[in-house]
Amino acid sequence: MAIELTVNGKPVSFAGEPSMPLLWYLRDHARLTGTKFGCGIGYCGACTVHVDGTARRACVTPMSTVAGHSVTTIEGLAPAGTLHPVQQAWLDEDVPQCGYCQAGQIMTAVDLLRRKPAPTDQDIAELTGLCRCGTYPRIRKAIRRAALALRGEHA
Amino acid sequence: MSISRREFLRVSLSAAGGLAVSLAWPHRGAAEEAMEMKLPPAVSEPLGAFVRIEPDGRIVIGARGCEIGQGVRTSLPMLIAEELDVPWSAVTVEQLDYGLAESGTPPKLVSRYGAQGAGGSTSIRDGFDELRQVGARARSLLVQAAAAEWHAPAEQLRTHDALVFHPDGRTLRYAELARRAATLAPPAGKLPVKDKAAYRVIGQRVRVVDGRDIVTGAAQYGIDSAVPGALTAVIARCPYVDGAIAKVDDAQARRIPGVRQVMTIDGPRPGAPFDRNLKAGVAVLAEDFWSAERGRRALHVTWTPGPGAQDSSSALEQRALAAFDQPGKIARQDGDFDAARRTAARVIEYTYIEPFLAHATMEPPNALIDLRGNRALLIASLQSPGGASRMVSAMTGIVRSDIEIKLPRSGGGFGRRLENDFVAEAVLIAQKARVPVKLVWTREDDLQNDFYRPFGVHRLTAALDPSGKMNGWAHRVAATARKYRAADMEDDPHWIGCVDPDGIPAGCVENYLAEFLPVDCSIARGWWHSPLPTFSAFPVESFLDEVAVAASQDPLALRLALLGAPRELDYRDHGGPKVHTGRIAGVLREAARRIDYGRKLPPRHGIGLASHFTHGGYAAHAIEVAMPEQGELSVVRCVCAADIGEVVNPLGAEAQFMGATVCGISAALNLQITVREGRIEQANFPDYPLLRMAGAPEVEVFLIDSPFPPVGAGEMGIPPVAPALANAIYAASGRRLRRLPLGAQLKG
Repeated sequence: MAIELTVNGKPVSFAGEPSMPLLWYLRDHARLTGTKFGCGIGYCGACTVHVDGTARRACVTPMSTVAGHSVTTIEGLAPAGTLHPVQQAWLDEDVPQCGYCQAGQIMTAVDLLRRKPAPTDQDIAELTGLCRCGTYPRIRKAIRRAALALRGEHA
Repeated sequence: MSISRREFLRVSLSAAGGLAVSLAWPHRGAAEEAMEMKLPPAVSEPLGAFVRIEPDGRIVIGARGCEIGQGVRTSLPMLIAEELDVPWSAVTVEQLDYGLAESGTPPKLVSRYGAQGAGGSTSIRDGFDELRQVGARARSLLVQAAAAEWHAPAEQLRTHDALVFHPDGRTLRYAELARRAATLAPPAGKLPVKDKAAYRVIGQRVRVVDGRDIVTGAAQYGIDSAVPGALTAVIARCPYVDGAIAKVDDAQARRIPGVRQVMTIDGPRPGAPFDRNLKAGVAVLAEDFWSAERGRRALHVTWTPGPGAQDSSSALEQRALAAFDQPGKIARQDGDFDAARRTAARVIEYTYIEPFLAHATMEPPNALIDLRGNRALLIASLQSPGGASRMVSAMTGIVRSDIEIKLPRSGGGFGRRLENDFVAEAVLIAQKARVPVKLVWTREDDLQNDFYRPFGVHRLTAALDPSGKMNGWAHRVAATARKYRAADMEDDPHWIGCVDPDGIPAGCVENYLAEFLPVDCSIARGWWHSPLPTFSAFPVESFLDEVAVAASQDPLALRLALLGAPRELDYRDHGGPKVHTGRIAGVLREAARRIDYGRKLPPRHGIGLASHFTHGGYAAHAIEVAMPEQGELSVVRCVCAADIGEVVNPLGAEAQFMGATVCGISAALNLQITVREGRIEQANFPDYPLLRMAGAPEVEVFLIDSPFPPVGAGEMGIPPVAPALANAIYAASGRRLRRLPLGAQLKG
């Protein structure tokens, strides 16, 4: 039986292997390659997406568990042609180097700011997304900037 | 090395009818000769596009380099934009493919765009003059076109913001001139370029050019590539170098839905050069990654262990320590170290140990290859497209100019992609499968099948005369050579990558010895992010501190005294031919000043310093740590000062030093690859714990306002980190750690 779900606001149907991680459905079937493969064990966070608005590591999220749920990827974070304030903050702070992990970092930051609109340094320090280029100091700045923007204050 | 630069500029109409300017000239530079393509001297060829000015006014600039996170898609086009005299905001950057063409009679391969590989922090150094000339030539053609339009002497015209100005105030837009400019003869010889004072793009704080694509998920990496009809392949690799497949039962694998083919691929002949794939394996091809991966998990393969099946890290360390009983290969000898040692008032000797390291690029290796008879298409995240081109050609017989290579962004490089073993695997599979193949590695594949940073034991000896002055220095390295099993062993002193014969304090100590003792091991070795400097800096800069302690001197004062008067010394390895002692002293002083070195510190705090000359650039770190009696090490402040000459994009360069510092701390504290019974023990990130947010300190980066020509920025920020940290730990706690990684010892 096909798995029905919503991806970036559109209803989709998947009739393949139910154990397939959401990551590989997104990348290979939906051709949404912005969500990245890093470790396959839910450790590095490169594959972070939102399931019903909450951050989830797509590489360890089987398709069978997202039936009936709503998935948002980096491509669907903001309407086409616009940027989410977190994406804008990432540009303003010039965060990306190789950029490969940044979709996951951004999706994680959006989730954090939804839960904690005024995150403490400790809240930010608890983020576990890996960045091999070492962009963490600029990620911290971008999260603080985005927090201000989302609260309607100026950075 | 001086090679005459016969430069060729070619002008053609772009598809949309605009001006296209390209150049071809001989390949040059020791680093590329070592790592990149070896091409015959360039001859003229008619294609390619660095600059395209479309009729609608868009200014399109081609980016020639492999973007691996070092920022060359931004910084190299900036050089062209500067001399083209266009505002950066008007520029659109397009990635160029790997550019090879055949030209002349008889036909010879030429490089359309010059150096395209990424390695050794050479992109800016190679591109600074070349790409400014590209911009200047295009500008000159536009000025000539305006001169023809106005019947005015070209010398009287000036340009600004993509406009040509007539002395009487008239203007013409570049876009209006592009069509005419494309019909003109390119100017001969080298054109004058702007004075630094006139720069409007170089030196600006420019953000990553495809930042918007990255934050929206639109940026394309190698692993994102697709061609119609391609199957995804994964490989179950033999865990042993020079091992083989004894038996394969693929019945269950073939029953996995979506699996299309299962095949074996051979590894290199035992002991043969590593110029293709690294290991034998069983490839599973499927309609998508997950089916292929399920197929691989369903394989039952029995491996024949290779001759290295007994290798272990502990035995390797014992062999390395035992190697010091024998004389080694002398890499450099000044004066008579043995005599200095015999007559010394005091001899100081310590041994330092460094582990294998994996690259662990965030984007694992991958390659998409489409073999189409006498043509091929390769899309992969690469650092050495020239090497990939040669390899594919050698394996398939397809001539290199008919191998199209796309250069998507790479999710990190760090030297891993200077190897093209993953390309070879994809080719081997595609040759058997007869379909386009997209090979994907998992993290386990990556950590277990890398070309690792060499393992090494360093023994350093200093001889002090009765006045306490150091008049003898010996640095002996017992290590798994970086270079081995290579086709060109003869023309290379193969201590390269392990011994830095001309590194400071060479030239600063009267009696000096650098020696290499190769230690055998089956584990593959390669280039790792700032390869020789990271390997050398930890023992050398730790030992300098130990000498300072022994001689009751301040570590900074000892370093500055050792460096002596500012002067150039010979430096034969990459980044030479000279190293400037004054520039090392400069970054040391700057780092010390910024951290307020010498101030009174709280109890259990300490500041450690270290510097290094890396690939033509200079960096120093000053790190303050706190080492509470109970509790964990914390980095209180982390200062990095660097002199990389003129800086093209300070915002990008600062990011490189910030990131390199974080990566340096990561490696120094926690990273190592170990071997047991011929197998790599680490499988995934939990076993190879790169720093996460919590462990990454703020990094204060200070770039010296330097009059020297620019060098890169990608690698200079790592080497001083580990010794600065170890020196800080000693200063805070009195504990001297001589083995990397440091972290486990702090917990013990």
